[in-house]
Amino acid sequence: MATNVPDGHAAPTISREEVEDFLYAEAALLDAWRLDEWLTLFTEDARYVVPSPDLPHADPATSLSLIDDDIVRLRGRVARLNSRHAYREFPWSRTRRLVSNVRITGTDGEDVCVSAAFLVYRIRNGQADPFMGQYSYRLTRVDGALKIRLRRADLDLDVLAPHGTVSIIL
Amino acid sequence: MDLQQLIVDDPAAGLFRVHRSAMTSPEILALERERIFDRCWLYVGHASEIPNAGDFRRRSIAGWPIIFVRGSDGEVRALFNTCTHRGARICRQDEGNAKTFQCFYHAWTFDTCGRLIGLPGEDAYGSGWDRSERALRAAPRLDSYRGFYFVSFSPDGEDLATYLDGAKEYLDLVVDQAEAGMRLIPGENKYAIRANWKLLSENSFDAYHVLSLHQTYYAFLASLGVDVTGARGWTAAEAQAYDLGHGHAVTDTPARMPRPVALWHPCFGEEARGEIDRLRARLVARHGEERAYRMAETVRNLFIYPNLFLIDGPAVTLRVYWPTAPDGMEVHAWALGPAEEEPALLANRLVAYQLFLGPGGFGTPDDVEVLEACQEGFAARTVEWSDVSRGMQRDGPRLFTDELHLRAFWREWHAHVQGRRHGDHREGRKQPPRPASTLV
Repeated sequence: MATNVPDGHAAPTISREEVEDFLYAEAALLDAWRLDEWLTLFTEDARYVVPSPDLPHADPATSLSLIDDDIVRLRGRVARLNSRHAYREFPWSRTRRLVSNVRITGTDGEDVCVSAAFLVYRIRNGQADPFMGQYSYRLTRVDGALKIRLRRADLDLDVLAPHGTVSIIL
Repeated sequence: MDLQQLIVDDPAAGLFRVHRSAMTSPEILALERERIFDRCWLYVGHASEIPNAGDFRRRSIAGWPIIFVRGSDGEVRALFNTCTHRGARICRQDEGNAKTFQCFYHAWTFDTCGRLIGLPGEDAYGSGWDRSERALRAAPRLDSYRGFYFVSFSPDGEDLATYLDGAKEYLDLVVDQAEAGMRLIPGENKYAIRANWKLLSENSFDAYHVLSLHQTYYAFLASLGVDVTGARGWTAAEAQAYDLGHGHAVTDTPARMPRPVALWHPCFGEEARGEIDRLRARLVARHGEERAYRMAETVRNLFIYPNLFLIDGPAVTLRVYWPTAPDGMEVHAWALGPAEEEPALLANRLVAYQLFLGPGGFGTPDDVEVLEACQEGFAARTVEWSDVSRGMQRDGPRLFTDELHLRAFWREWHAHVQGRRHGDHREGRKQPPRPASTLV
């Protein structure tokens, strides 16, 4: 467990229960397509990453990913999904996210590192496509509230078939 | 079925249409397998994927199981991934380095050149049994052009250089951007589309759809300060499309977007300006101003018939696909970049790629959606024809939003499904470039 705490910073105190409540609330926002509220959960230096299915855990700076968003691109992604012109998601698909196996895996400075398992169904046109994999989060506390500095979804799928795309937020 | 009737190609009336049974019929798919995918040169892999002896990649090429491998003798081969004994796939990893491939059924062992080098109980085989005849079989033909390897499942036919025809010039414009060679960057986009494969041959360089289908992408680029107004109102003198022969075609337009080799834009950041200007200057030194301009400041969507695209835009995309059913295809895509590229520019290249292309981008998901929507629309069988007539009677060069390049594909396809060797490629045929010495 990483426990390097810079001078002047207290090691984060957080319980698994608090992390679970946070992740469940986040999943509920996404399933309800309340994306603008979801965006407020991120820090200004946040990153949202989905690596290519053949290379889960790869570094997005040196490997082709499916998604590697900084906060500017993430806001662009949400603006796109909120428009009527993201045709893969207009009208919005139904989604159902199950978040489980939540573990606090360490701390790094002010951040707490979390891993969880996910199963996200995207339901559309009579088809239910499951996305499964592992979340890795770095969470930090800003003015008392938890915020996301890193949100990574490493897929267990090795090919996006029949899904075709990752058009929803995983 | 009258194959001749599948396409109406009437230049005098400026009409070109494709019968939609071409996208729905199992009989036509069977003909395509026999007359296109079992005969044409098909992209199999890139030299940079297997640099060392024993390096291999397991591939499925239009459904054929292949081991793309550099043997212990240094030679690249495309071996069929099936044991010559009873048929099991012997290579069961996606990639790696091997000294041998051993079948896990009866433990027959082959070296990386395909030779059978060991098997348990060889003494039980009779006098007519010859170990050398049980070597792994190779695809009948394998050849490469500038690092791109192609296979043909037919033992005879045109050589690769003849087949690639006018596409070679455009492959050169990509490969020559690198000083230490182009490489495939790790990470593969592998996905399925519930649509006929030919719809992706159209869509991957159909410039007519871009501003309507992809308006969210352009809205985002505009928010970053990229000038996206230029894409409207281009003339044929600026933004062209060419038939490159053999079914290959290209769109060739000025770049109004950031390019890692080598067109600086504010979204790269001021700190990248020096490196990009340096890359541009080195292109001029190596290739002269005219060619450097084409490499750095134009965007080219190159189609190599029947199922390969090299899209040189804000990043370089290699995309290959093949049918799995009349209404299904499998797509594989990678990013290409110069082997020597600086880390900051590589990271920028990857972001630029992912922003539009790939299953998680701001563009490709809507392409997938519209191809599937077309396939669903084809169920209205009494609406028999799709229209591909744009720009057919334009005087002079064809605009990239005309559909000349789509017709180039369809004309070759139509000839092939009828068992003929080549289509008519006179409309918008790109003439080979003149040698530099003849330029005024």
